[in-house]
Amino acid sequence: MTDIYIDIKNKTYTTADSRQHIAISDLKLTLPENQFVCLVGPSGCGKTTLLNIIANLDTDYQGEIALAQHHIKPNIGYIFQNPRLLPWRTVRENIELALNSPQPDIIDSLLDTMQLSDIQHRYPEHLSLGMSRRIAIIRAFAINPDILLMDEPFVSLDAPTARQVRGLLIKLWQQRPHTILFVTHDLREAIALADKLIFLSAAPMSVVSEVEVNIAREERDNEEKIERFRQQLLTQHPEINSLL
Amino acid sequence: MKLSDKTLPTLSFILLIALWQGLAVFINDNTLPSPVVVLEVFWLEIESGQLPHHLGITLLRLVASFSIAMFLGCAIGIALGRNKKLDAFFDNWLVIFLNIPALVTIILCYVWFGLIESAAILAVVINKLPNVIVTIREGTRALDRDLLEMARCYHFGKKKTFLHVIWPQLHPFVMAATRSGLALIWKIILVVELLGRSDGMGYQLHLFFQLFDVASILAYTVAFIAVIQAIEFLVLKPIDKKALRWKR
Repeated sequence: MTDIYIDIKNKTYTTADSRQHIAISDLKLTLPENQFVCLVGPSGCGKTTLLNIIANLDTDYQGEIALAQHHIKPNIGYIFQNPRLLPWRTVRENIELALNSPQPDIIDSLLDTMQLSDIQHRYPEHLSLGMSRRIAIIRAFAINPDILLMDEPFVSLDAPTARQVRGLLIKLWQQRPHTILFVTHDLREAIALADKLIFLSAAPMSVVSEVEVNIAREERDNEEKIERFRQQLLTQHPEINSLL
Repeated sequence: MKLSDKTLPTLSFILLIALWQGLAVFINDNTLPSPVVVLEVFWLEIESGQLPHHLGITLLRLVASFSIAMFLGCAIGIALGRNKKLDAFFDNWLVIFLNIPALVTIILCYVWFGLIESAAILAVVINKLPNVIVTIREGTRALDRDLLEMARCYHFGKKKTFLHVIWPQLHPFVMAATRSGLALIWKIILVVELLGRSDGMGYQLHLFFQLFDVASILAYTVAFIAVIQAIEFLVLKPIDKKALRWKR
């Protein structure tokens, strides 16, 4: 694996009243290998558009997404805002379908880490949202992607459940390091998770500032520390205030 | 006394038979035989082998025309549902074929191709096909785009996407087309047989009509209803149960 290089020169789309809307212009990002990067920006700034471009779901743009040295498209694991599980397939089948070849050992170990071994033969409709989100995370890790995209995956979870799933995600990521691009508009969540924060402006989207988070991993669940870092960040980078 | 959901249908069925019996006794004429007489004729017809023979032939025609109509209808319906241009082009055709009376297609098929088996099957297929296409097209239009995107992102490929993402979503539409299709095809097949075949239920009913043999007509009708119910409970219900086991 290697760094991921994102260079989007221009992304426009036509609105309903047939005007040209510039969503992204001149956005350059380099995602270092196995880093956890959080994108923070106001809602409607085009974060989901950006993820869809990286995931090759949206191909109508000028620019390039590539593994830095090879100029080939990275393999993507996408964790959508809604889990997007197939309701007519069991938990385990949902994960198996994403894989090209059967890899029962990997699935077993992922289910175990995410504490879902007991429910692997149940159908998603019988599960809570928190569980469905964890399955979506497993599915993305299972394919061993070059980059994991996460589009506000913890939104609409209650606070304790969100904290639990966040903890499990970090545990999984430490066991199996991957490059992660995590989109959120919740600054506290971003600080708790990321190695690096990237702040984005409203449309047309561009990078406002990049900040390294230097809190040790074992201190990330200390809410005071997170809050202190947040205050410090806002005083050192006043330009961020308008984006939150 | 509280009536459960199971006893109610049974009671209503008994009431229907009682009404029939009462009316038959009251009218006391060959044009409305009582249920007992019909049952007797039904038994005699089975013993003589006449009823099973003609019912079997009609069932064969049903299976052949139904399979062809469903297979073609699903394929064309999915294609039209997925492709807007194709849909816009063929939409008129569909409306025209939907509105041609069944009798017209049957007569035309016999006139053009002769009084042969394949003409009979073709006439039934042409009658049923537009219905299947329209139903499956609606189902295809309603496919969940989020799930299709997920399948693309995780490189499902065509076969996996169809089997695991598209087909389960089309299931309710396929079942609706199946049920309405069976009901429609039954009725059309009888007309097809009446007009141009020398065997099958439709041919027999025509014969009984000429003899004014109402008891035999009703006996065949009973057999008819029994077969439809059997298909519903032995084939369609189990398929539904298996396909929808994931539902809450």
